[in-house]
Amino acid sequence: MTAPLLHLDNVTKLYKRGGLFGREEFRAVDNVSFHIDDKEPQVFTIIGESGSGKTTLARMVLNMIRPTTGTIFFKGQDLASIRSGGARRRFMKEVQPIFQNPFEAFNPLKRVDRYLYMTAKNFTDAHSSAQLDAAADAALNKVGLSIGEVRGRFPHELSGGQLQRVAIARALIPGPSMIVADEPVSMVDASLRMSIVNLFRTLRDELKVSIIYITHDLATAYYVSDRIIIMRKGEVVESGSARVVLENPQHEYSRLLKSAVLSPDPHGHGVLTGDSAASQQARASPRRQTINSRS
Amino acid sequence: MAQMPASSVQDSSHVLETHDLRAHYRMKYFGIDREVRAVDGISMHVRKNEVYGIAGESSCGKTTFIKAIAAAIRPPLEIVAGHVNYSFIKGDLYAMPAADRSAIRWRHLSYILQGSMNVLNPVRRIHKTFEDFAFRHMHLGRAEFDQAVKHHLERLRLPAEILRAYPHELSGGMRQRVCIALATLCKPEIIIADEPTTALDVVVQKDVLAMIRETQSGFGSSMIFVTHDLTVHANVTDRLGIMYAGRLVEEGRTADVFANPMHPYTAHLIASLPKIGDTQSRNALSGSPPNLADPPKGCRFHPRCPLAMEICRYENPALTTLAEDHRVACFAASTKVQPANDEGSGEAKTLEMAR
Amino acid sequence: MIAVFRDLFRYNGEFAIGFMIMVIILGIAAASFFSPYEPIDSYLVALDAPPSTEYLFGTNSRGQDIFWQLTFAIRNTLAFGFIVALISRILSLAIGLVSGYVGGAVDRILMSINDTFIVIPLFPLLVLLYFVLRDDMTWFVLALVMAGLGWAYDARLIRSVMISLRTREFTNTSVFSGMSMPSIVTQEHLPYVLPIVFSTFMNNMNWSIGLEVTLAVLGFTDVDTPTIGGMIFWANQHSAMVSGIWWWYFFPTLFVTLTFIGLFLLSISMNEYIDPRSRLDRMGNS
Repeated sequence: MTAPLLHLDNVTKLYKRGGLFGREEFRAVDNVSFHIDDKEPQVFTIIGESGSGKTTLARMVLNMIRPTTGTIFFKGQDLASIRSGGARRRFMKEVQPIFQNPFEAFNPLKRVDRYLYMTAKNFTDAHSSAQLDAAADAALNKVGLSIGEVRGRFPHELSGGQLQRVAIARALIPGPSMIVADEPVSMVDASLRMSIVNLFRTLRDELKVSIIYITHDLATAYYVSDRIIIMRKGEVVESGSARVVLENPQHEYSRLLKSAVLSPDPHGHGVLTGDSAASQQARASPRRQTINSRS
Repeated sequence: MAQMPASSVQDSSHVLETHDLRAHYRMKYFGIDREVRAVDGISMHVRKNEVYGIAGESSCGKTTFIKAIAAAIRPPLEIVAGHVNYSFIKGDLYAMPAADRSAIRWRHLSYILQGSMNVLNPVRRIHKTFEDFAFRHMHLGRAEFDQAVKHHLERLRLPAEILRAYPHELSGGMRQRVCIALATLCKPEIIIADEPTTALDVVVQKDVLAMIRETQSGFGSSMIFVTHDLTVHANVTDRLGIMYAGRLVEEGRTADVFANPMHPYTAHLIASLPKIGDTQSRNALSGSPPNLADPPKGCRFHPRCPLAMEICRYENPALTTLAEDHRVACFAASTKVQPANDEGSGEAKTLEMAR
Repeated sequence: MIAVFRDLFRYNGEFAIGFMIMVIILGIAAASFFSPYEPIDSYLVALDAPPSTEYLFGTNSRGQDIFWQLTFAIRNTLAFGFIVALISRILSLAIGLVSGYVGGAVDRILMSINDTFIVIPLFPLLVLLYFVLRDDMTWFVLALVMAGLGWAYDARLIRSVMISLRTREFTNTSVFSGMSMPSIVTQEHLPYVLPIVFSTFMNNMNWSIGLEVTLAVLGFTDVDTPTIGGMIFWANQHSAMVSGIWWWYFFPTLFVTLTFIGLFLLSISMNEYIDPRSRLDRMGNS
C-alpha cells in the first residue's frame, strides 16, 4: 500500500501577537487533518471565507511556512525534513503553486516569458534557447495559449485571465504531481472564470495532476471538485464528496454558505430561454458529457 | 451653494442622460504616442428610482465611463465629445464651472467604491468622516447634524457605536455598510456603485447587497451599479447595460436580458455562469478583448463572434431598439439572419481580425 | 531612449534647468585640462586684480587667476563628491540588501551597527582624524572616511524596501521557478531599489561636498590641492573680506551653489522618471 499523495496529521499554526507584555495567540489553523490518496488524480477543494485559515494551510502544504504542531507528509516524506537546497528543489518539482492575484504573481517590471524559461531551465533538461522555447510553448499550449502571444510581454499587457493561465503553464513545466491553487479565479472577471476552471478539469483528466483548489465560490467548487472540506476560523467543519456536501450540507455553517450563493435567476423568469439568434446559438453550443461524480 | 433649479434632461422621468459620450486617454510624452478610446460613443439614460447595472470585462471602459459622468476626469483622460445631462443641473455637466461641479458631489451625486478604505480616512473616526463629507451640504447646525446622522444610522440598522470607531476597528463588511450610509446621508438623486461587493465574502456580500437594495428603494435614489459579476446584476438591478470595448452592445430590463439576450457576447456571458447542481461543461469564448488604442474596424466584437457576418467587418452596428425597452448593437440580431456557420453547433470560431 | 530624453527635457522644467546647470559646471571642470597654469603654483600674475576682460574672474592675493583656479577647484570637488557617493552607495546597497532579505539575527546585528553609525557626530570625528593624520590626510583618505560614515541612513531605506519586496507574491513565484536567493535579489528586486540608490547618490554628493567645503574653509584638509573650500580658506588667510577682494569669495560660492542646485534638480526630476510606479503608469497600466 503506497503512501497517500498528501497527508495532514493534526496540523496547527499559531501566531503570537503583542509585544513583551501580554502576548495573545491566534490560531490560524486549528488541528486540521485530511489526506489525498494517490490512486487517481483528483480536485480537492478547500472552501472558506477570509480568516478561515485556508491560505495559511495552502502555504504550509507548499512548505512556505512550517506548522506549529502536527506533520505534513507529501508522498510519505515529512515536509519538516526538507532542509537542503537539493531536497527543496526535488519538492518543488513535484508541488507547484498558483497564486490569487496574477498581477502580483509576476514582477510588473519584468517580462512574463522569463519565468517560463527560468522554470524550464531549473527543472527540466532543457538548456539551449531553442529547447527552452519549446518547453515553454508546450506548457502554454496545454493552457490554450502559445509562446507567440506571450513572448516579450509585460504583465500589464495581458488580461487577468491570460496572466493566470500563464501562471498555470509555468506551474506545469516541472511536471508536478500536485498543484496548490489559492483562490485562482477570484481576481479574474466572472465571465473568464469558467475557462480557467475548465482548465483544472483538463489538468486532472488528461495531465493526471491533482489539484488543491482553494476558493470561497461554491458554484465553481461544485462544478469542478471531487472532494471538499469546508473551513471556518481555522477548523474543518464539514468534509466529503463534493456533490454530496454541496447538495446536502449538514453543518449549519455550510448551510449558511450555500444559502448565501446568488442565483442568476432569482425571480424565476428563466435564463437563455428566448428566441433571439444569439440565445439559440448559445443554447446549441456543444457541451461535453456530464462527468461521473467521484467520491 | 446656489440651487440648480432647471434641468437639462430631455425626459423629466430621467435622472441622467448621456449623448454620444466619448472619453479617451491621450498620452503623448516620454516617447509614447497613443490614444486609448476607453469610452467611445455611449448614449444612455437612467430613470428615477431605478438601479441601472453596467456589466463588462475589465478594461471594457466601465470605470472610465463612471469617471466621465461623475466629472472625475484628470489628464491624460479627456472628454473628447458628447454630453452629460443631469436632472438637477442646468446644461451640460462639463459646461459648468469647476467649482459648481464639485458642489454637486455628495448632495446630488455620491458613490460607493470597491474598497471601503478608498473612501474612509484611516486616521479619522467615523463621525469625523461623516462631517468631512456631508456637513457642508446639509446646512444644519452641528448638533442637528449629529442627530441627523444618528437617525440615519438607526434607519439603516447600524449600531450607533460605530461613529466613535476608527475604520480599522470594523470588519470589511461593516465598513462597506458605513460607506453606504455615508453615500445616502444627503439623499442624493443618483448614487454610483463601483464593484461595491467584489472584495467581500459570500455571506457578507449577500447582506450588503440587501442593504443596497433597501436604501435605494427606501430613499428613492437612482443607482448605477457597475460590476463584472452577472449574478450580482441579476439580483440587484432593474435594467442592465452590457459594455464591450468602450461601447454599449446591449441594454434592457434585467429579466429580459437574462431570458433573451440578443447580442452574442451577452449570450455567452450568461451561458458561462456556473450554478450549483449543474456540472455540464461550458465553453469559453476564445480570444480576448481588443486593444482600445487600436480596435478592430467595424463591430469590435466580430473577431470573436460566432454569428459574425461579412458586414460586421466593415460597419459598426448602431444601438437600436428591437423589443420593448431592449436595445442591441448587432447586425445578426437586427436582421434575424441565421448564423453564417450553419453547423447549428456554433463552436466559437475565431475569425481573423480584419484591419 | 533619445525620445525619452527629449520629452524629459521638454516637459520637466526641473530636469531642463538642472541639466543645463550641470552642463555649465562640467564644462568649467573640463576646462581645467586646458589651463595654462599649474594649479598649485602661485604668484604667477598680477595680484588682486578685479574681474576684467583679461582676468575673467579676477586674480587673488596669491597671484593666481581665479578663473583657472576655479576650474581645478570644481573638478576636484566634483570628483571628491562622486567618489564618496559611489563608495557609500555600494556599502549601503550591500548592507541594506542583506539585512532586508535575510532578516532575523543578521538583520538585528547589522541594524544595530547601522544605528550606531547614524548617531556618530561626523564633524568632530573628522576634525579629530585630521589632527591625528595631519599630512597623511590626503583627499582620497578623506573620501574613504566620509564614505565609511555616510552609508547609514540609506542602508535603512534600502532595507525597508527589501522587506516589502520579500513579502510580495512575485518573490514566491521566483522561488518556485527555482531561482536562488542571490539571483532573486539582483534580478527581481534591484529594479525597485535602484531609483533610491540613484537619487540618494545625488544627495550624498551634495552632502559630501558641503562637508568638505566646511572642513576646508576651516583648514582641516589638504589645502594645497585646489578645491572650493580651499579657495575660501586662502581668501580668509589673506583677509580678503577686509581688503575688499570680493571676487575671491564670490565666484567659488556662486559655482558651488549652482552645483548643489543642479544636482538636486537632476535627482528629483530623474527620480520621477525612474521610479517603477510612475514608469508603470506611463507604460499604460491604467
